[in-house]
Parts: sequence; structure tokens; C-alpha cells
Amino acid sequence: MVTSPLKANVAMLRKLLVFTLIMFAFGYALVPFYEKFCEVTGINNLLKPNVLIKENWVDEGRWITVEFDANTRGLPWQFKPLQSSARIHPGEAISVMYEITNNSDREINGQAIPSYSPRFLDKHLKKFECFCFTKQVLKPYETRQMPVQFVIEPGLPEEINTVTISYTFFELPGSSVGVVAK
Amino acid sequence: MAAVHGDAHGHEHDDHHPSGIMRWVKTTNHKDIGTMYLWFSFTMFMVGGFLAMGIRAELYQPGIQILEPELFNQFTTLHGLIMVFGAIMPAFVGFANWQVPMMIGAPDMAFARMNNWSFWLLPVAATMLVGSFFVPGGAAAGGWTFYPPLSAQGGIGVDLMIFSVHILGASSIMGSINIITTILNMRAPGMTLMKMPMFVWTWLITAYLLVLVMPVLAGVVTMLLTDRHFGTSFFNAAGGGDPVLFQHIFWFFGHPEVYIMILPAFGIVSEIIPTFSRKPLFGYSSMVYATASIAILSCVVWAHHMFTAGMPAVGQLFFMYATMLIAVPTAVKVFNWTATMWRGSMTFETPMLFSIGFIFLFVIGGFSGVICAIVPIDIQVQDTYYVIAHFHYVLVSGALFALFAGVYYWIPKWTGHMYSETLGKWHFWLSMFFFNMTFFVQHFLGLAGMPRRIPDYNLQFADFNMISSLGAFGFGLTQLLFLYLVIDCIRKGEKAPQMPWDGATTLEWTHLPSPAPYHTFETPPVIK
Repeated sequence: MVTSPLKANVAMLRKLLVFTLIMFAFGYALVPFYEKFCEVTGINNLLKPNVLIKENWVDEGRWITVEFDANTRGLPWQFKPLQSSARIHPGEAISVMYEITNNSDREINGQAIPSYSPRFLDKHLKKFECFCFTKQVLKPYETRQMPVQFVIEPGLPEEINTVTISYTFFELPGSSVGVVAK
Repeated sequence: MAAVHGDAHGHEHDDHHPSGIMRWVKTTNHKDIGTMYLWFSFTMFMVGGFLAMGIRAELYQPGIQILEPELFNQFTTLHGLIMVFGAIMPAFVGFANWQVPMMIGAPDMAFARMNNWSFWLLPVAATMLVGSFFVPGGAAAGGWTFYPPLSAQGGIGVDLMIFSVHILGASSIMGSINIITTILNMRAPGMTLMKMPMFVWTWLITAYLLVLVMPVLAGVVTMLLTDRHFGTSFFNAAGGGDPVLFQHIFWFFGHPEVYIMILPAFGIVSEIIPTFSRKPLFGYSSMVYATASIAILSCVVWAHHMFTAGMPAVGQLFFMYATMLIAVPTAVKVFNWTATMWRGSMTFETPMLFSIGFIFLFVIGGFSGVICAIVPIDIQVQDTYYVIAHFHYVLVSGALFALFAGVYYWIPKWTGHMYSETLGKWHFWLSMFFFNMTFFVQHFLGLAGMPRRIPDYNLQFADFNMISSLGAFGFGLTQLLFLYLVIDCIRKGEKAPQMPWDGATTLEWTHLPSPAPYHTFETPPVIK
């Protein structure tokens, strides 16, 4: 400190700048750390593959009523399931058809967002096929039937007898002219 | 020290007293830069205050009267950002610039040129921030914490905000590096760390916190920027990201940030209370350790801002207990200040009034903080006016009152003039009255369930909101009195003696005349 204070200051500056860079990198390191932490603790597994458990079996001693619901939000489509409910065994695969009709004279892009009751149904519901995976483009007055194929795993808690699977269609940007820009 | 002085000043101060605007643009003098920081922060305080008046005017009555909801959201967002990054933080850096070299007997800051840069980044950032009101789509409107997905969706105003946060962060980091180096390398011979004034100690710890968390903030806003424009998906759920991750990283910065805004305030108050009690600070070393423990604990409590964001009970319990633990070192400080006053020969000049007001109201804010830390209560009061009341008690009557106290305390040394004690007392009592009128009733509003960041409200909240708005207008006007008082002091205040306060013991009072000369401690004083 007595010999060359300027040198000491510059050395300090260098150390603190390196520290700053490390902390900047640390901010980024929090991203994989967070994902790993959530995965290990099972808090919120972002990258959990949506696959059927290996030891799936059909529980024939138990019935579950699945109700199907369909809604649209802000787009001129008619949207309904072809059957309002189904009775299935846990572990049994089922396919259900939904139908959408574009009641307008313009081409519209839409995407369906699922929601479930009870909410934790998503942990036990495994879909093989769903129209909600992709964007749906309907030409004017076009009607389309689309399947949903799924299994409800036998792990669903005993006390649940009835579940509801609901879809709501929202309009996506990029539909043809006549769309009011949002 | 002499060698540093020769190197730093020999080339850069050929003309000893540069004049005109270029003096301020090119200055590397810590006192000039401190002055600019203080005026800058006061200007931003006025801008942020104007936004606050707009918010309170809209909330004066139920219904939408003045501000459309979009503009109201921009007002609340920019009010927060400007007050935090534009007013409170630069004001403390201004104090550090003026006081740290004088209090440790150094001739200037360690890196005088960098000091100039760190100041001049601020007006650039402030222009971008305030200018964002006038771009298409208006300013950022997703709250000062700019959570995605809102901040991932906004218009160019959000980009301007992101850039200005980058610049402000760079400025803070440079300022902190400067302060750390100055304090560690340039103390007068004989001034050991444990002999440093408390203000210097609190700033040393604050500066370390700043270099610890500011780069993380820079990182998180960069992620936001790349999410917005360069196709990354850090926080975009559709691309595999997680918006809750943003909250974690943001509050990893954000919680130490609130201590960055309060620790230097503790320092200022720890200088003023002993002076006006005419007793040395009670428990100096416990104060140092308390400050350090607050800083360390502040890094492990961030998720108490996110109790409702989704967290396992174990996590909630950890963050709840860690948060409550901070009350311990904070209480050490409050008890030490009280013990310093105990049986002292106290006088109640304006700096002391603001300091006592600080302790009184900061304790209320601290207690409402402990209440918010309790998970079941927090879930109830999350995003209500209770939280608004809590953090205004710690930031306005905490940080801001300490800043006022500091200005009154040191303005004789800075300007060589005394301020008007009568006006100062008016400023204190009016601030005290209107502050409580504004914010105390907000506790009731919050407990009754009034949500924050909403321009309209249910009729049941009308009376308290009207009281709060009237208080806010009074508080705003009172600050114009402060502006008048400062200008009046600079222009025609009475001449200040070297030591206007009886009990002051730090170097700027004992060794330097008032006003402090342009260059001080070119030969360092020797501390016994």
C-alpha cells in the first residue's frame, strides 16, 4: 500500500471486474441449476416426457366417468365433442372425436388449450393423439373431426370417479384478412 | 497516497478551477461528482414524485378519472423504477462520493475518471426511461419487477427499459468498484477497518452487495431481451422455459437490492445520532457485524417475494424463517441507536429529527415486514396495499428520510452555509404528518383486500383512498419546500463554522473547513 498505491488500486479493479463477470455468468448458471433442482426434487419437472408408465395395466374392477367439454373464446367457431361422456377402466385406451366448424367466411388459425378437473388429472392423463398439440387452420365454413386418444393411468386416486377434460379454442395471430388486430 | 494524488491530478487538473459547463462534464473531482449525483437523484425524485401524484390523483376517487388503465400501469411501473434506480440509489452514491474520501482521509476516489463515467451514464439511462413514455405503445407497464410474460410481450418501451437497466447496472457496478477500492486501499494511515466511521462501513458492505447482485440483474434482463428478440426461451413456457425462473433470478437480485437501499441509510443515521446525542455510537463493532449479517442473510431470503408463485412447504418454511432471522441484526441496530441516545445530551436539530423519525417509522416498516414474512399472512396480503404500505415505510420513511437527514447534516460542510433551521423543522414535521397520512391508511386498505396496480377500486375503499391521496399531495408539496430550502441555503445561508455540530467526530468536521475545499487531504491526516 505504501509502495505503489496505484498498482494496488488497479489490481483491486481487476479482481472486482473478474468477480462481476463471474456473477454475470452465475445469473446464467441459475437457469440449468433451477431446472436440475426442480427435476431432482420433483417440484416442477419442466422436461418430464409425457409417456405412459411402463407398468401400465387395466384396472377392470374400477370405472371412471370421463366428461368432455368444449369451448371457444373469441372466434366464430362451433366446437363440440361427439359424445358428452364415456365410462372407462383406468389403464384402458380410448379415442374420442371432437368436431369444429368455422362459421365465418374467413380462414382462421386456432389452438386449443386443455384444462382438467380435478386439476391434478394431468399427472395421470397420458395422451397419444390430440388436436391441441398443433395449430388448426379452418377454411371458411369448413368442418373437421379430430380425435383425442388417451389413457388415464390406474394411479388416479381411488376416490376420484368422475373427471372432466375440457378444451378451449383461442384464435392465433396470422388468420386471413378481416381479423381485428389484437 | 501522495503518489496517487500526483498521478491522478497532475495530468487531469492542469487548470485548477475549470469553469462553465465543461467543468461539470469533464470533472473527476469526487465532490463535483457527488454534487451531480445528488442533483440528478433529486431531479429523478421529482419525476418519480410526479408519477406518484398521477397515481394518487387517479385513486382519489373510485372510477377512471384521469389516467386510462394502460397509462396508469405505465405510471406505477415507471414510478417504481425511477424511484429505485434513479432517485434512491444515485442519492446514496452521491453521499458516498462526497463523504467517503473525506471521512477516510483520502484525496479523491480511487478511479477518478471512471467515477465521471459512472455518473454520466445515469442521464443517458434516465432519458431512455422517461423517453419511453413517448414511444408507440408507451412505457413498460408490467410493474417495476417486469415479470414475464407481461414484459416479454410489451412494446419498444420495454426494450428501452431493459437497456436503461443495463446502463444503470453498469453505472452502479463501476461506482461500487470505485468505492470498494477507495475504502480498502486509500484510508489515511492509522485508520484501521474497525476505526472507520459507520457510514463508510455500511457503504463498503453495500458496494460488495452491488457487485454481487447487479451482474445477476444484468443477466436476467439480457435473458429477457433475448427471449423477446432472439428466439431464446428462458422464460417462455411455449419454448420450454419457465416464467417462475425469472422471479427467482430477479429476486436473487431484488432482495439484496432493498438492503442496498437501506444499509447506507443505516450508516447516515449511525453518524447523526451520536453527534446529536453527544455520545459515541453504542456498540460500534456489533453494528459492523449486524450490517454484515444483514447483507449475508439478504442473499438467502429472496423467495419470500414469491410465496404465492408455487413452492413446496419446505421451501416456504425455509424462506419464512430466514426472513424472520433478519429481524435480529436489524433489532441490534435499532437497540444500539436507542442506547446511543440514552442519557445523551440530546438536541433536536433537523438532521436528528429526521433520524429519529427514521428509526420510529422504519421500525413500523420492519414489523410489517416480519408480518409479511409469515407465509399464511403473506398469501393473504400478497399484491395488496398492505405490501405497498410496508415497503413505503422502509423506503420513504427509511431510505428517503435518512437521505434528508444526511443532507441537513452535511450541507454546511458541502456548501459552507447553514440551512434555515425553521424551514428544516417545517419540512420534517410536514413530511412526517403527510407521510403517515398517505401510507398508514394503506395498511387498512391492504388488509381489507384492495389490490395494488389497479386504477379503480370498490366503493368500500373510497374514504381511505381519499385520505391517502390528500396526504400524498401534501407530501409532494412539502418536498418543494425542501428544494426551496436547499437553494436558499446555497444562495444566502448563514456562514457555517468548521464544526457546526457539537458532537461530530469524523474527519470532515475535525480536519476540514466549511465549505470543504475543492481538493482535500492531499496529505493524508494521521489517525491515532
